[in-house]
Amino acid sequence: MNTMAVDQENKRNKIHPQKFAVWLACGSITMMFTALVSSYIVRQASGNWLEFRLPGIFLLSTITILASSAALHGSYIAYGRGKEGLYKSLLLLALLLGFGFVISQYEGWLALQSIGVPLKTNPSGDFVYAISGLHAAHVLGGIVALTIASIRAFSLPFKVTARRKLRQELTLTYWHFVDLLWVYLFFFLTLYS
Amino acid sequence: MAHVENNPMSEEDILIKEQGYDDHFHDHHHGDKYQSNFITTYIFSQDHKIIARQFLITGIFWAIIGGLMSLIFRLQLGFPEENMAWLRPVLGRWITLNDAGVGSIAPEFYYAMVTMHGTIIVFFVLTAGLSGTFSNLLIPLQVGARDMASPFLNMLSYWFFFLAGVVMFISLFLSTGPFSGGWTAYPPLSALPQASTGSGAGMTLWLVSLVLFVVSVLLGGINYVTTVLNLRTKGMTMWRMPLTIWAFFVTAILGILSFPVLASGFFLLVFDRGLGTSFFLNEIFIGGQALDHVGGSPILYQHMFWFLGHPEVYIIILPAMGIVSEVLSVHARKPIFGYKAMVYSILAIAFLSFIVWAHHMFMSGVNPFISNFFVVFTLIIAVPSAVKVFNWIATLYGGNIRFTSASLFGIGFVSMFISGGLTGIFLGNSALDIQLHDTYFVVAHFHIVMGIAAFFGMFAGVYNWFPKMFGRFMNETLGRIHFWGTVVGAYAIFWPMHYLGMAGVPRRYYKFDVFESFGQFSQMNKFITVAAIFVFALQILFVINFFYSIWKGKKMTTKNPWGASTLEWTTPIHTGHGNWEGNIPSVHRWPYDYGKDGKEFISQIQPLAEGEKDAGDH
Repeated sequence: MNTMAVDQENKRNKIHPQKFAVWLACGSITMMFTALVSSYIVRQASGNWLEFRLPGIFLLSTITILASSAALHGSYIAYGRGKEGLYKSLLLLALLLGFGFVISQYEGWLALQSIGVPLKTNPSGDFVYAISGLHAAHVLGGIVALTIASIRAFSLPFKVTARRKLRQELTLTYWHFVDLLWVYLFFFLTLYS
Repeated sequence: MAHVENNPMSEEDILIKEQGYDDHFHDHHHGDKYQSNFITTYIFSQDHKIIARQFLITGIFWAIIGGLMSLIFRLQLGFPEENMAWLRPVLGRWITLNDAGVGSIAPEFYYAMVTMHGTIIVFFVLTAGLSGTFSNLLIPLQVGARDMASPFLNMLSYWFFFLAGVVMFISLFLSTGPFSGGWTAYPPLSALPQASTGSGAGMTLWLVSLVLFVVSVLLGGINYVTTVLNLRTKGMTMWRMPLTIWAFFVTAILGILSFPVLASGFFLLVFDRGLGTSFFLNEIFIGGQALDHVGGSPILYQHMFWFLGHPEVYIIILPAMGIVSEVLSVHARKPIFGYKAMVYSILAIAFLSFIVWAHHMFMSGVNPFISNFFVVFTLIIAVPSAVKVFNWIATLYGGNIRFTSASLFGIGFVSMFISGGLTGIFLGNSALDIQLHDTYFVVAHFHIVMGIAAFFGMFAGVYNWFPKMFGRFMNETLGRIHFWGTVVGAYAIFWPMHYLGMAGVPRRYYKFDVFESFGQFSQMNKFITVAAIFVFALQILFVINFFYSIWKGKKMTTKNPWGASTLEWTTPIHTGHGNWEGNIPSVHRWPYDYGKDGKEFISQIQPLAEGEKDAGDH
């Protein structure tokens, strides 16, 4: 995208600007969820709070996204070692598991409805919809990145280059981030309800 | 590409050639991607200098709109009984006519104007127009980079801002009017579409616009921080950065950390508006009808809003502080007094800005015990602020001051910041707020300390860096008329408001005819309105000067007209893409070597003489 950044980077032996920018973006998203989690705690403390158990399907989501993260990490390592087949198949697996996560979250919202906590019942349930919904939106952003990565992986001739490795690392960082974010949110919503 | 400015090569060019380093920038062909045709050069440009100008001119556009709005509601406040029918050709049915044909401003429209004035000036002018302009222009030029870390995201940042503006502009023409519930958009007025005329489509567009704006701020901020940390030239250590860069850098961090919280608040607000949840709503009656929203808390929204809202005022003022530090030092021909103290106070202000937000909510039902905590931290902000003020004055003291338009506005900034800052100490007390909250005392305070002051910082920056932006100078005489008229006029507007506020006159009211005790202020309100019209007229003079000078101003003939030591003045007069024609200069000293060793100034690219110590290293 910009050769000048890369040129200076190579000379200065610092963290690559784009990697750094992705970290900043992750920090920014963290603030967004910190705000929601804090509101949750503040709102809960003021009473009129419906207590319910988070449906078990959300645990399945958690396992799915952890698996997806692991698959993408494996794909990244395989790429670095020049194992084309493994790299492509793990990338595709990560993408599929990503879709699986979103579908599983949707099932989770349906499960919430079926246990009698549809939207508008009580802020306690509404927070679960809002927080997991906003998180799912960020996962969809990651799925777009993974889709582009997959299209490139299957359409371009296989070659290990620094530039492509960087692109994968950026995607990987973001994907691990939304993964860990969900694990945190899952434990928070389970333990704090 | 290569055209030599001074023939034979100036000493500076030789220094850049010999001491600078070759990043192979000019080995690549950039033309097709950056500046090959009109559209990629001037519209969808990825060059930080063009993007800076785009931010500035868009900011000027919004400043005129926001300023005109204030005139409309000032007319109502100053001349409530006057016939406003003459405004009907422009404002249409927002001017209502009574049976006798006497026109008056519709109350809903008055509220809409107050709301839009705040939103536009705070976000579009003093955030995007100020830090967008100068962060873009100065960060790459002053740290010695070819451009931003990601020129593409930088371009997106501007266009998201532009889109936000388009959406907000459309909302002005809705038949129900733009949002009218105050720039803070508190629920329930913002959460219930049926709550007021502006709460429907007007509020929806307001939200869409501000979400786009948040995206713009984040894209810009991530870029600014990355550029400052990763793309500084050789020798440009953090402690050799000009204070402008420190200020923009910290401002960007504040934005990255606080705007997402606002986005979360908006997100929950959208749930309440669109999906019928009750995060912020509880037991509300509209038109005698009880709504089924139960269990929410409007205070929760206020917390989320002000967690952005307070850092936001520093997002506005820190860039102005940075610009003023630089301008005062250059035009006083003296090093900035207490460089490191300036940096530490910027950092202290930034840190404190995150733990004082509830001082905006002392009277809205926050636990008084918790208020104490926020009072203490609020008052502590006076310490780093006072350090900065002391340093600015000490910089001027004994200086060989050149009273240019830029330095006058810099000095004006210090005056405004002191006047407005002092009243902040009053308002930071939760006990005094019982009397002063929501009165004109608050209006006077924040307009002086962050409205006028930030505008002054912006003007100082525009007059000072206009030659760098357009290769020409602005007219000095008009600039000085602009300054003296504005400084007197601005005090004439806002000084009397303190008295109104101490007497308890509430802000945002449409009319005071039913409050007999406030009737005594009608003459004062007239005076304020007349002063506001006068000040607005002077700003039009500035705008004329600005656009006239772009094409007809006095041409810049030397690279460094102010004799400044920072890197932006080592670039060619007509700075092309990539900023430096050959090598990137390397830096050998701090940016404030003025009046040292018998020389008027020493550029940052000058190597240290034998045995000389960098004055920045204490």
